Amino acid sequence: MAYVAHDASVFAPPAEVGEMELYHPKTWLGKYVWSQDAKVIGIQYAITAIGIGLVALVMSWLIRLQLGFPDSFSFIDPSNYLQFVTLHGMIMVVYLLTALFLGGFGNYLIPLMVGSRDMVFPYVNMVSYWVYLFAVLLLVASFFVPGGPTGAGWTLYPPQAILQGTPGATWGIILMLVSLVFFIIGFTMGGLNYVVTVLQARTRGMTLMRMPLTIWGIFMATVLALLAFPALLVSAIMMLFDLLLGTSFFMPALVSMGQQSEHAGGSPLLFQHLFWFFGHPEVYIVALPAFGIVSDLLSVHARKNIFGYRMMVWAIVAIGGLSFVVWAHHMYVSGMNPYFGFFFATTTLIIAVPTALKVYNWVLTLWHGNIQLTVPMLFAIGFIFAFIHGGLTGLFLGNVTVSVPLSDTMFVVAHFHLVMAVAPIMVVFGAIYHWYPKITGRMLNEGMGKFHFWATFLGTYAIYLPMHYLGFLGVPRRYYAVGGTDFIPASAQSLNAGITIASLLVGAVQLVFLYNLVWSYFKGKPSGGNPWNATTLEWQTADTPPKHGNFGATLPVVYRWAYDYSVPGADQDFIPQNVPAREVART
Amino acid sequence: MSMFQQLMAKPWAADQGKLDDLYAGGASSRLAKKLALRVFLAVVTVLFTLLVTAYGGRMVYEDWRPAPQVNLLWANTLVLILSSAALQWAQYSVRRGQMDAMRVGLLAGGAFTVVFLFGQVLAWRQLAMMVYFDVTNPAIAFFYLITGVHGVHLLGGLVAWGRTVAKVWGDFEVAKVRQSVELCTVYWHFLLLVWLVLFGLLFTGNNLDLLLKLCGIR
Ligand code: HEM
Ligand SMILES: [Cu+2]
Repeated sequence: MAYVAHDASVFAPPAEVGEMELYHPKTWLGKYVWSQDAKVIGIQYAITAIGIGLVALVMSWLIRLQLGFPDSFSFIDPSNYLQFVTLHGMIMVVYLLTALFLGGFGNYLIPLMVGSRDMVFPYVNMVSYWVYLFAVLLLVASFFVPGGPTGAGWTLYPPQAILQGTPGATWGIILMLVSLVFFIIGFTMGGLNYVVTVLQARTRGMTLMRMPLTIWGIFMATVLALLAFPALLVSAIMMLFDLLLGTSFFMPALVSMGQQSEHAGGSPLLFQHLFWFFGHPEVYIVALPAFGIVSDLLSVHARKNIFGYRMMVWAIVAIGGLSFVVWAHHMYVSGMNPYFGFFFATTTLIIAVPTALKVYNWVLTLWHGNIQLTVPMLFAIGFIFAFIHGGLTGLFLGNVTVSVPLSDTMFVVAHFHLVMAVAPIMVVFGAIYHWYPKITGRMLNEGMGKFHFWATFLGTYAIYLPMHYLGFLGVPRRYYAVGGTDFIPASAQSLNAGITIASLLVGAVQLVFLYNLVWSYFKGKPSGGNPWNATTLEWQTADTPPKHGNFGATLPVVYRWAYDYSVPGADQDFIPQNVPAREVART
Repeated sequence: MSMFQQLMAKPWAADQGKLDDLYAGGASSRLAKKLALRVFLAVVTVLFTLLVTAYGGRMVYEDWRPAPQVNLLWANTLVLILSSAALQWAQYSVRRGQMDAMRVGLLAGGAFTVVFLFGQVLAWRQLAMMVYFDVTNPAIAFFYLITGVHGVHLLGGLVAWGRTVAKVWGDFEVAKVRQSVELCTVYWHFLLLVWLVLFGLLFTGNNLDLLLKLCGIR
């Protein structure tokens, strides 16, 4: 990180930056399978994540079928139901969203956007993907072992997670835990790469505060993940010990199915603390990249600089720090010292401040912007809606007195789906529509895209808004059937049926999106290098899609921040980051 | 520039632009390796902090039964200190261009590490033979878990050490070897420090109060 002496008369020649040695594969396999090119690895991550995500999507249909039309499907018994719920949650949070945002978008975008030829450790980066794939395969394998996958809920709370009687209590949970261990190892390899590349391999002129917010979001999320995943790693290993070696870290002495267990003296609460010490940062691991990406989508498609760039960066950093001191708001009903509860309720409300700031800044970016209602923009706006709704219910849940009665009801399900499922997925879609032209050289079809947006946006609202109401009524989550419960009116059932229909429709609409991905790859409109007239470096590459090494002969030199849109006096409404002041056309 | 100053910069302002244009960029893989090791050590620190906290948290329960002492651990600790010292010697030598001394230091460091790991396994077996041994006693389970995790990190270090050793024969690029030795040394010192903390706080039996105070539990 050196600063060269400044001599205004001589412009420093480009690519004084030390060039890195690139690995040049000779075979097709070396180029596309055992690839060390971060772009290819990013795409591998993305395809794997979306593939396993589709499995989780199918499971959500099965869950909804049972809830909407109980007693109609003989192939869903109570055990299956719990297994679907568990795997749906775990896959969506960890194997889809975390892997897609950091492994997928992180790999593709970090080197391109900071002006680097590749990640700093390409080999480690490649291994990271293969370890991730192995973790996914272990997870898939758990469907085929005796007893099937675990049904312990995505939170995997012991003691029930490893007690006989819980679905998948032996093989299912073993594979789940081992898979998580591998996921974390693989992620750590990738994560070291992302962090070091951002800090150490930026091109000339790319200071930290000139980085696009996409990179800030992915960077901070990676830091969080590196520091939070060890908690999950430790708890997974300790639970494996309890299960396989008979230790009692988490397992208290108890009588299970009429038998005195051999465990004694373990603390289930210890697991909950470890899990949520990971679990709450995890929600921001998913949210921060979405925050970053959506900021860039809004700015590009509203042709305006992002409102309050510095504040946005600070908010990302602040949220990152605070997210490590709020975890116990997930444990209000686990029993705790009231002062503890007070502390965590307070920190939870404090973290809402930087979060709210970001929301204001997004809205203010749109204010008086030259808004282009492109498909990425639609999804970005959809994100703002979903995130505000989910964030507001989070504020309610952050207060102990409100959270306790609502805990484990459909209200919580509605909260976290809006805030961490719908909102980030909106960004994922927006980002794919936005960067697909760079990845393939072709635009995604706009008609199909708009249909996809409206159906998904309205559909998800049809699913989650009524769910809040079910929560108020006291409908519990993770129940196969509520049976004849007096406090739940019969009409709740018709609401549930409606939600199920909406969710099946939303699911079906995703097929249009997949079709669009394939169709446009062959038939889409050629995009050129910079279809959105964006300023960031990935749009200024010599080739589209960018070749191995990203930038052709010389690395770009950066002369400005990422948000020079509609600059007064300039001819064009955007100035790319690598254009020096003297080359800006003015009339 | 400090991180804080960087975060205060206004990247859109013309004056700041002139400063920012001076940033030369960085793509040196040497700095990258150093930074990567530091970040990794931060991750490992979190891992061990969580383990120690979990141990402390469990300890306050009334039914806590301390694990029996294994005196062999004192010897093992000494051996680990020696391995760290040997690597320090290797680093000192490579910096002064004394390659033979560097080789000796490097090999001795690895050998002591292997002895340490062997000693740990022996300690495991000793504990397992004792009458007090009971897997459901958390103190004992934590002992196996924590020493195991620490040992795995040393094993990982031995891989890096092996790759360094493979480099130091015949013709080699001094700068590269020097960095590898330096990185190994940092890692070993770090794991020694971790061990001393673990050993001192958890496995010598008489520091429970201190640990609880550190964790803010008592
Ligand atoms: C201002 C922002 C937020 C606040 C105040 C907040 C607060 C809470 C609280 C108190 C709970 C526990 C509810 C209960 O069990 O009774 C909860 C659950 C949850 N939240 Fe949030 N939250 C916020 C933002 C987020 C974000 C950004 C995400 C994800 C991106 C998220 C994901 C979740 C998840 C997944 C759960 C459920 C976990 C489970 O029990 O399985 N939240 N939230
Ligand atoms: Cu939380």
